[in-house]
Amino acid sequence: MMKVKDLNFSYGCHAVLRKIEFDAKEGQCIAILGNNGAGKSTLIQCLNHILSPQSGAVLIDGADVYRLKRNEVAKRMAYVAQKNAGGRFTVFDSVLLGRKPHIKMEPSQKDLQITESVIRRMGLEEFSLRYVDELSGGEMQKVMLARALVQQPRILLLDEPTSNLDLRNQYEVLAAVREVAEQEQISVIIVIHDLNLALKYCNRFLFVKDGGIYAYGDQKIMTPEIIGSVYGIPVAVESVRGVSVVVPLPEQQALQPDKEPLPEKKNAARSQELVRAHSSLSL
Amino acid sequence: MQNSAPKIKSYRDYIRFKIMILLLFVLLTAAAALVAVIAGSAGLTPTDVFRTLAGKGTKVNQTVIFGLRLPRTVTAIVAGIGLAVTGCAMQSILRNPLASASTIGVSQGAAFGAAFAIVVLGAGVQFHTAEGVTVTNPYLVSACAFAFSLLSTFVVLGLSRFKEISPETMILSGVALSALFSGGTAIIQYFADDVSLSAVVFWTFGDMGRTSVKQIWIMAGVTALSFIYFLLNRWNYNALESGESSAKGLGVNVNAMRLTGMVICSFTAAIIVSFVGIVNFVGLISPHVMRRIIGGDYRFLLPASALMGALMLLFSDIVARLVVSPVVLPIGAITSFLGAPLFLYLIFKGVGRR
Repeated sequence: MMKVKDLNFSYGCHAVLRKIEFDAKEGQCIAILGNNGAGKSTLIQCLNHILSPQSGAVLIDGADVYRLKRNEVAKRMAYVAQKNAGGRFTVFDSVLLGRKPHIKMEPSQKDLQITESVIRRMGLEEFSLRYVDELSGGEMQKVMLARALVQQPRILLLDEPTSNLDLRNQYEVLAAVREVAEQEQISVIIVIHDLNLALKYCNRFLFVKDGGIYAYGDQKIMTPEIIGSVYGIPVAVESVRGVSVVVPLPEQQALQPDKEPLPEKKNAARSQELVRAHSSLSL
Repeated sequence: MQNSAPKIKSYRDYIRFKIMILLLFVLLTAAAALVAVIAGSAGLTPTDVFRTLAGKGTKVNQTVIFGLRLPRTVTAIVAGIGLAVTGCAMQSILRNPLASASTIGVSQGAAFGAAFAIVVLGAGVQFHTAEGVTVTNPYLVSACAFAFSLLSTFVVLGLSRFKEISPETMILSGVALSALFSGGTAIIQYFADDVSLSAVVFWTFGDMGRTSVKQIWIMAGVTALSFIYFLLNRWNYNALESGESSAKGLGVNVNAMRLTGMVICSFTAAIIVSFVGIVNFVGLISPHVMRRIIGGDYRFLLPASALMGALMLLFSDIVARLVVSPVVLPIGAITSFLGAPLFLYLIFKGVGRR
């Protein structure tokens, strides 16, 4: 069980996250949703102490992540970055690296067995002795996910795990994640852009807007109003053959001009301000 | 999940294959060391060498081997290991394939220090018949070289303390300091007289034959300690290969490791460079050559780079001594001259694609 309390993070004087508070229970799959630049990746990196927030606490089963040693955090939490460099390692070695927090000097038979079974679970057997720098983006993503699973964490943090995957792999990978989450009672926190994938595989939804939590709850909060207001585009949430899907309706934007300013407009206003500030400086 | 043995077995075979490669390089290095002891005008045979090492050699052989050849060979091995291992660790820590002792200004600092000692402090020079020019006060030169190469490191690390310790800032400040020291060396050389000038140039060429037994012990001790430190960090370096945040996620304290690692790398490289002179290329390419042969796993890459470094310096020293014997060519130049084509070949051809 993870509790996040009053998390505040800023780069210099630019506040990115404000008063983030939420809980994650065992076996839950939580989607973190929001615009580009809303602070989703920053949030997920704060949870794992990759970034150090100015204030706040993240408790895993009562232990504060910011007071634990990194290695102890790594035993409880695994993180898969959005972009991953490979290096000249075999798939087996790359996945085995996930056992690092548990390995003292050299990997034990148990470490090798866990690695082996996760490689099998992710369908990577045929690649296991290939070098990762020769893999496709999607295969690489699976390797990184396998590494995180080998860590045997209580919490799994994934930053856009499906961004490099084709349609079938997106569903396979998320299904595997969901299965592991339920079997091992792991809390999974996923930053994801694809709302339909989120609807299908996640059971909690956390909307981030302007650095704060806009809404957090189960499927009931996936309403056209909330989604529309977070993303700044009208949507409909429909059921197609019993599957909930989000359909964006950009053509309705013109009909409701005063509802939410488009992000582009905001940016334009901000950049004008910047230009003004700049010209006054040069005077 | 019925039977997980076969994959683990093939992984074990793969690991065994890497260990075999390491052993092969141990043999190659030992053979090169033997050749290095034999090679030269004394006309030694392998039997002479083994007899002498066992304490049963003739007086002449003892003098030649213990007085000249063995220190030289051991220096080449130790310096090769030290430079290659620090290069290897630095390339990981700074996440930059060009990182080596010269990237963060250690070599240039040492060259400046040596020039300063010879020209300004008047460490003195004298002519030596076969060897060209040697300095009369080598300790002062080494001390100055060491002091300035460490100065360079501390400035780089000190600067990066102001902001986040990013590898880019370290490398860029290293490049700036290298330029500063090179400029300084050039100015000192400009005002130096002919004899000091040639002494400075000769010092920077690098020479495996100038170390005393005491210096060899110091070098060996420092190299051994830093090698152990690097080996203890092998999993951290592996984790860092997949990026900084991934490494943190795997429990690596990246910033602390980076700082300690840089201090140890610079210290080791500074010791070696100030004792033997500038031998740049070994530290840069040994890790790259071995990465292509044995892969990027630092559990094996570190010892493999060490062996490659020793092998390259031994081989270069043999070539340097034999090509225009009795003149000893500058080893730094030979290393680069032989290493660069090998390196280019590996870059374009590629080996070890399994």
